[in-house]
Amino acid sequence: MNDNRTIALVAGVLALLTAATAVGQFLKRHPDRGLDPAAIRTFNNRLRGWWILCTVLAAAFWLGTTATVILFGLVSFWALREFITLTPTRKGDHRALFWVFFLFTPLHYVLVGLNRYDVFSVFLPVYATLFVLARVAFAGDYKRFLERTAKIQAGLVVCVYCLSFAPALLQIPIEGASDADRTGNFRLLFFLILLVQFADCMQYVWSRMLGQRLVASAVSSNRTWEGLLGSATSTALLAAVLWWAAPPFQLWQATLAGLVVAVMGFAGGMTMSAIKRDRGVKDYGTLVVGHGGVLDRIDSMCFAAPVFYHITLLITGVKPG
Amino acid sequence: MLSPADIAEKEPGPPRKGSGRSPLCRAAGLGLAGLARLLAGASVRWIASQPDTCQRVYFANHTSHLDALIVWSSLPQAVRELTRPVAAKDYWSRGIVRRWLAEEVFDAILIDRTDIKVHQSPVDMMIREAGTTHSLIVFPEGGRSATGEIGEFKSGLYYLAKKRPDLELIPVHIDNLNRVLPRGEFLPVPLLSCISFGPPMWLERGEAKLDFLARARRAVMAMKE
Repeated sequence: MNDNRTIALVAGVLALLTAATAVGQFLKRHPDRGLDPAAIRTFNNRLRGWWILCTVLAAAFWLGTTATVILFGLVSFWALREFITLTPTRKGDHRALFWVFFLFTPLHYVLVGLNRYDVFSVFLPVYATLFVLARVAFAGDYKRFLERTAKIQAGLVVCVYCLSFAPALLQIPIEGASDADRTGNFRLLFFLILLVQFADCMQYVWSRMLGQRLVASAVSSNRTWEGLLGSATSTALLAAVLWWAAPPFQLWQATLAGLVVAVMGFAGGMTMSAIKRDRGVKDYGTLVVGHGGVLDRIDSMCFAAPVFYHITLLITGVKPG
Repeated sequence: MLSPADIAEKEPGPPRKGSGRSPLCRAAGLGLAGLARLLAGASVRWIASQPDTCQRVYFANHTSHLDALIVWSSLPQAVRELTRPVAAKDYWSRGIVRRWLAEEVFDAILIDRTDIKVHQSPVDMMIREAGTTHSLIVFPEGGRSATGEIGEFKSGLYYLAKKRPDLELIPVHIDNLNRVLPRGEFLPVPLLSCISFGPPMWLERGEAKLDFLARARRAVMAMKE
């Protein structure tokens, strides 16, 4: 923690959260301001979620790279279980699912932790896919075969593969930093998480304020084109303001990354909405009050992380692994 | 009809193992309950109902070998200590680990499904074992359904309610556990399950057996959302 940029980032986030909490508590005590009490409750619940998120992240960062990779691995595991719980599978998928949960998911994160980009970049999309297809075939139940295997495959890619690119950011060598000093990488990862969360919020705020044209009314009744545009613009702005926190980026690169993260996050939200609509549920689970399930929280992250990772690789010109 | 006092006097039953359980068994019980709930991702709902240490019969749909364990571990610890699952002897007395779990940890009442006699009916045994303090977990379908549909209830629940009308009957719905550990599998898949406890019900005065059993079955199914 020898550099001012980390201290500035931590202090900034703490100040912002504290201020927001103060406002939320004030509004809760003075319900006569003409604001919707349900909206205040949602706001306060979200804030509680962010406090938890920041505390857990801070603890993981403090413990180091391995702890952070394990944390993301656990999140993936939980998200995958929410995903598979909601997608109907048949008994013939049982053994394939067992290996997916207890072999492929942990092993993938081990490879991420070992920084074996050459293996982990194909392990799930190729080898897990082949395994699932064959294992379900061996189980002897051919009913809706492609549909069932595609569901498991989609769950693995979204919940495990894509999310794992977030902790993989910790392994990218950053110019000017020694191998042992990963502070810059942690800032980069936090930068991504912050942008994704901010984009989510801005999408909601802009849709509420200016939203006219729904992107797809059948899929989501609150995601609008105005929300997408507003969120992309505001997130790009935030990224520009905070560009100094993300080590390998120049100003314009950080801005571009913010824009892309917002658009990808929006796409992730839309995708998960479509799945939830199809299954007729609102949330994926109940872990943190007011935050739906884990998957509801990380859907944007899952879509943004791989793109952000590869943008970083492109910009730094580093060969991974 | 027997009153609780009669039972305590007339049939003291065998010495209770549960009351003097060793710390090891209690720790194993706690650990197992935690592990099972983590593995099965069980969320517990009490619908128009509250956990209580009064004598109750929890009756649930039966989909998986994990059912008894999960319902048992979904109860608050004070209630759990007084609650004994009623389980099939042919499954739970096989192997040293299972027998130890059933006898020492869950303090289960094992019913021999293949050898049911008139003078030693399972219902009488349950009533005797429950005594005046213990609650029971029963699966009135008698076996696990292969499809996940809730089968017809066997008459044991009716006779239990008739002989001990003072017991509260709590319907329990177990959702998704058949996907965690389906019939015929031994490796679990850690999906999320949901255990719902419903409001207490009793056998109505003069209610016919089939009517009561159908009503009990509907009470379980009603919690399927």
